[in-house]
Amino acid sequence: MISTDDKQYRLRIPSQTDNLELIRDFVAGIARRVGFNDSEINKIELAVDEACTNVITHAYENKDDQDIDVAVKLDYQKLTVIVTDRGKGFQFSDVEMPDMKNYLAELRVGGLGIYLMKALMDEVDYKSRPGGKNEVRMAKYLLKKK
Amino acid sequence: MNGFEAKREDKEEISVVYLKGYLDAHTASEFESALQELVDEGRVCIIVNMCGLNYISSAGLGVFMGFIEDIRNKGGDIKLAEMTDKVFRVFDLLGFPMLYEIFKDEGAAIAKYRKP
Repeated sequence: MISTDDKQYRLRIPSQTDNLELIRDFVAGIARRVGFNDSEINKIELAVDEACTNVITHAYENKDDQDIDVAVKLDYQKLTVIVTDRGKGFQFSDVEMPDMKNYLAELRVGGLGIYLMKALMDEVDYKSRPGGKNEVRMAKYLLKKK
Repeated sequence: MNGFEAKREDKEEISVVYLKGYLDAHTASEFESALQELVDEGRVCIIVNMCGLNYISSAGLGVFMGFIEDIRNKGGDIKLAEMTDKVFRVFDLLGFPMLYEIFKDEGAAIAKYRKP
């Protein structure tokens, strides 16, 4: 039976790295409630952490008084996390396996975070609007229980 | 309550850093300080014991990468020990097993340093 009740949960939180734990707990709590297993929950919280870390360090260039919006949407198919900021836009090109020789360079430009998001989640999308909002959207499908 | 701790224990020429809690963009600088202290003292035979570490992100992994070249140039190493499966998965995704020696227990890492 398909439920038509989509659920949405929102968190607006200052752009400080010491809030990353709260953000992880927020998405992990919802993922657990929906029935994802530990391994899937770990992947979701890490992907969201990487997205938010990129927002803090790149979009907001470490300004700690900006807003990060983390929305979690649930439908019958999947859990989607949307991380929105109003900072600097981002080059979200297709990132291959990071060159470990350039690990630090990749880390500085957020390439590792993007690579991890794509490896951990089933769908990852990015929209950057000049002068407006930037949005990372990532989703994990709910699997049927066997 | 701090969510992260890096505790050092010197075992003769080897320094073991015990990580506890979570290693993310917020706590990475604390781990960085712990490694910097060792490098400043010339102690470059390092083992990072992660049995108490329950989370790591790319920021945490970046701390290792920030030191490894210099430490190896000085004749030392950073060997990794006692990772949980969860933490290992993240290391594995970023190709760390190709670059670092990873041990199931600290004793094996120590033995590797002392192997003639």
